Amino acid sequence: MTMGFNESQSAFAAALLDPGLPLPQGITTARGVTDPLRFAVYRNNVYVGLTTALGQRFPVTKRLVGSEFFAGMARTYAADHKPATPLIIHYGDDFPDFIAAFPPAASLAYLPDVARIEVAWTRAYHAADRLPLDVAKIAAVPPERIAEMSLVPHPSAGLVRSDFPAGTIWSAHQGEAVAPVTEWRAEAVLVVRPAMHVEIRFLPPGDAAFAACLLEGTTLGTAAQKAFAAAPDFDFGSALIGLVGLGAFSAFEAFEGKLP
Amino acid sequence: MTVSANRATALPQRAGLGLKPEHYETILVTRPDVGFFEVHAENYMGAGGPPHRYLEAVADLYPLSLHGVGLSIGASRDLDKEHLKRLRVLIDRYRPQSFSEHLAWSTHDTGFLNDLLPLPYTAETLARVIDHVDETQQWLGRQMLLENPSTYLLFSESTIDEVDFLAAIANRTGCGLLLDVNNVMVSAVNHRLDPIAYIDRFPVELVGEIHLAGYDETVDYVGDRLLIDAHGSAVRTDVVELYRHTLSRSGPLPTLIEWDNDVPDFATLNAEAVRADAVLTAAAVARGATRAA
Repeated sequence: MTMGFNESQSAFAAALLDPGLPLPQGITTARGVTDPLRFAVYRNNVYVGLTTALGQRFPVTKRLVGSEFFAGMARTYAADHKPATPLIIHYGDDFPDFIAAFPPAASLAYLPDVARIEVAWTRAYHAADRLPLDVAKIAAVPPERIAEMSLVPHPSAGLVRSDFPAGTIWSAHQGEAVAPVTEWRAEAVLVVRPAMHVEIRFLPPGDAAFAACLLEGTTLGTAAQKAFAAAPDFDFGSALIGLVGLGAFSAFEAFEGKLP
Repeated sequence: MTVSANRATALPQRAGLGLKPEHYETILVTRPDVGFFEVHAENYMGAGGPPHRYLEAVADLYPLSLHGVGLSIGASRDLDKEHLKRLRVLIDRYRPQSFSEHLAWSTHDTGFLNDLLPLPYTAETLARVIDHVDETQQWLGRQMLLENPSTYLLFSESTIDEVDFLAAIANRTGCGLLLDVNNVMVSAVNHRLDPIAYIDRFPVELVGEIHLAGYDETVDYVGDRLLIDAHGSAVRTDVVELYRHTLSRSGPLPTLIEWDNDVPDFATLNAEAVRADAVLTAAAVARGATRAA
């Protein structure tokens, strides 16, 4: 009795992913041996391929925990998280959430946020190309209409708000030598690629609250209220011009979608 | 550049290199004399950004080969239409001189497994792969090349020889073949076959491109040599010799150096292309001498 093609491929895939399962039926060698080492080459390829891809997408996370710890953490993630598509460039979007719930990494509370910066960085890198909104266009809007406007996020824009100096830690690990982190405080970073280079910019708390709202599509008025609540010294004009100048938006929409 | 009209490719009969991000700038600044560049299609399926910018610049300067690693043509399940659409978009955008994929599977119900997995060679699997190649060529609106795999194990249910299996697919679908000479060496050693005999039976007239790469070596459960298709080193000497033998049958063919892991600096990689170009030139000269005699 032989299995059908689909059935045998299912059995092969299952044994590939679960080392606890017996080797699939029907595999052999020129000597007629059922060879666990040969099947292990495939098992190993699957995990090495996926963990290598994660290592390339999360180089700072890997550096922070060391190659050995990272390999174990990535392998545990890969066991339950297979790429949904063959687009390995997008693999690991939810790796930061996994790290946050991974008990052996619990002592490094900032680690998930550093990984979130790395997700935002690679998303920005591969995002659609678009010209950022010109600051002059904002300046041309009548002041009384500003609060009703909302902004279209640039395809590359991402915001990571952390209770830790995640941005400083990320930046400190970009070169060969690691710069010391002198001040331990909450940080927010905007990740954006207005042209060909991904940029990481630190935002003060009010601007971060403002940007978070705008990237979700709220009106400028609503975003400003949240920003003032987060930081009484929030400066609406400089925050708006600053974020637009960084390339965080690609267009604006006036009230009811019509320009004044 | 000379291109035979009946070949399944418009690539030049030169050595080409895999295009790696760490070499983008060097290539654009120094414009090395390389026959063509090849990219893995899936690495250019992002919406935008530097990868596309660099690929456009390189494709303006060199012939391009698009090599898929994720279509899973050897799967029992249906082809992923979304992935076929993504490939079509890339082909329409970059107009590559060649598109190729593998006789292997990588996707199952559990998701993408990120490896090129082996399939048994039977009448049932042959019919399935023929359907998939037909469907791919229809979706993409062009001929494709199908690559022979490197394998580490056999299936007791297999009834068709690998060369016959590939030839049957090509004959039934009109696809061309990509002959990976390193894969031939890896599979031949792993399955105690004669690599020369494999090449001598291979329908070289259907081959549109050759791949060369470096293998690693270990031993299996009973202590036999087991070669691993590692793509992390220079092409081994025995593979270069097998390549020379292949060209003595086929004549010069577009030849890619695959070095995907532990990627060296561009000069080291390019030295591999220079070596392959020398073998190609020798094959062309020998062929000319045979014709003249």
